Amino acid sequence: MPAVKARILLSKAGLDGHDRGIKIIARALRDAGYEIIYTGLHRTPEMIVETALQEDVNAIGISVLSGAHNFLFAEIIRLLKENKMEDVIVFGGGIIPEADIADLKKTGVREIFTPGASTEEVLEFLAKALPAQPR
Amino acid sequence: MSVDKLRQAYKAWQEKTLKNALEKQPERCETFTNLSGRPIERLYTPLDVEQMDPVTDIGTPGDYPYRRGIHPTMYRSKLWTMRQFSGFATAAETNKRLHYLLEHGQTGLSIAFHMPTLMGYDSDNPRARGEVGKCGVAIDSLRDMETLLNGIPLEKVTTSMTTNAPASILFSMYLAVAEKQKASWKKISGTIQNDILKEYIAQKTWIYPPNPSLRLITDIIEFATKEVPRWNTISISGYHIREAGSTAVQELAFTLADGICYVERCLERGMDIDEFAPRLSFFFNAHNDFFEEIAKYRAARSLWAKIARERFKAKNPRSWKLRFHTQTAGCSLTAQQPYNNVVRVTIQALAGVLGGTQSLHTNSLDETLALPTQEAVTIALRTQQIIAHESGVADTVDPLAGSYFLESLTHTMEKEAMAYIEKIDAMGGMVAAIENQYPQKEIANAAYQYQKEVEAKRKVIVGVNKYVMEDEEPIETLEITEAMEKAQIANVQRLRQERDQSKVDIARRTLTEKAATKENLLPYILDCVRTYCTLGEIVDSMKEVFGEYRDPGDY
Repeated sequence: MPAVKARILLSKAGLDGHDRGIKIIARALRDAGYEIIYTGLHRTPEMIVETALQEDVNAIGISVLSGAHNFLFAEIIRLLKENKMEDVIVFGGGIIPEADIADLKKTGVREIFTPGASTEEVLEFLAKALPAQPR
Repeated sequence: MSVDKLRQAYKAWQEKTLKNALEKQPERCETFTNLSGRPIERLYTPLDVEQMDPVTDIGTPGDYPYRRGIHPTMYRSKLWTMRQFSGFATAAETNKRLHYLLEHGQTGLSIAFHMPTLMGYDSDNPRARGEVGKCGVAIDSLRDMETLLNGIPLEKVTTSMTTNAPASILFSMYLAVAEKQKASWKKISGTIQNDILKEYIAQKTWIYPPNPSLRLITDIIEFATKEVPRWNTISISGYHIREAGSTAVQELAFTLADGICYVERCLERGMDIDEFAPRLSFFFNAHNDFFEEIAKYRAARSLWAKIARERFKAKNPRSWKLRFHTQTAGCSLTAQQPYNNVVRVTIQALAGVLGGTQSLHTNSLDETLALPTQEAVTIALRTQQIIAHESGVADTVDPLAGSYFLESLTHTMEKEAMAYIEKIDAMGGMVAAIENQYPQKEIANAAYQYQKEVEAKRKVIVGVNKYVMEDEEPIETLEITEAMEKAQIANVQRLRQERDQSKVDIARRTLTEKAATKENLLPYILDCVRTYCTLGEIVDSMKEVFGEYRDPGDY
């Protein structure tokens, strides 16, 4: 369990309805002590960044299984910069080819989890990525 | 042999043969459970099927309650339809893939639409950004549908279209293409998925709230029963429920409960059960647990037969028969060591065939990575052809009947599914259950439970939590370019310039007006389609009256 509860926004960006994975992640992170805000499905980058701003979150986890990841992640990163929220950690998961993952990481996405990843791996990543200091 | 004698024989076996064996070599684990977490016994014997009547419970194929199959001769007369689901990029690209599949022995078409089409947005809508042509083919108007079906004689092929929320529109586009080809509506055949309830439950591609959505579905069933009599008006689907993480029994129960809801709506409309029930079809998943899947299909047939005959008093045997399509489980495929997926798909497809499916889609090995390449699709189709022509399983009807294990499992799953259906009835039916988030929560619980089993390695997934290989070489995958998105946006914008806008406006206004009445909307949707209204425009014309559905966001 992390030293301090971080607030994490989880969201389904774009139009696909595959929410099995993100719901499992939401439960696993909640069970590990994180505070979870789940937006539900079919969110636009604008809606996601708006919620992140209002909820003052430490990290945003995005799930995309529709193939629209390149556009959606880039847009979220751009909007975060525009709102001076570069310190918010962005990670994601879905059906995302290897080649695209490298490009996404260059733009500022910290980690992408693909099919077969365990909730344990996501927790390990967050434990390292989130600063364990009082907010 | 008497039951007492059998009991004695098995007791003796346990005390001697089994005991000795276990002393020498204990079993691999204390309890064995199947994919759905159900305990599986060491041995099934005639005692497990003792209560079953071989005539009324197991019966004969082609006879009520159809546990052994809906046709007396099954695949000895006609193999199942090999129907590979395909769609990507533009209508022109997908048209090429459809011709390729037909040339290689595929016997029916199955169209996958991209996400914006499924959610009711045109390709140039801001909500469609980044999504165009990615998960399926982009169809914005009748013009795209004409391109998609170019050179395909609609009286000669059957076409399945996976569309739910905008099913009325895409079906109308198909009918309009048939008109242009001079193909008779009385002769064309195919299926629209048209099953909105499982969207709220599992797949989550919706537009309108449940009640107006159900009205549109009832409109389609009513219209097609009269005008397009060979069309399967709905494919009541458990597939997506299973993909979302349900157990096999939940898949079975929620699907049939959805079916009950559709039948009730049609009856409320004043339709006769024996007019529309013969065109209802079903769609199930084929997951890894071989026997559980076969039992599920056999249980589904008996259950539906009983529901149609006893609950809804259908008299026509065709109303009692559950016809179904099967697709192998996408969620069972692994990104790791992807060639292993060919083996998984073979086992799953075999279960579908041994369960008596009417048509089958086999997934391609690369589908956890991207849409499939042509090479991967070909292997998937060949898998079906090998099962059909080389394995021998298609040469006798329901070859596993009488297996103590399988019959006992079929019986238990039937009972458990019925208990779920009764629970949903008690809640006031499926719409009320969905509003209470009941099936959604049951599925999320099962999915989380399964994930925990996998992470604790109590369930082994080869290549993922056991027999893992480091440094795998990536395989080639299909790429949909950004240029494609631009081209499709240009297509739809050009269409808006070229069509007769005054006709479009009249057709849309009429549709909005009629949406507020109780009239069947299909003729008005057809009018919109014929004047080249876009899909998004038609959706919006009804949205004014119907409103929108939003995800409650529970987990």
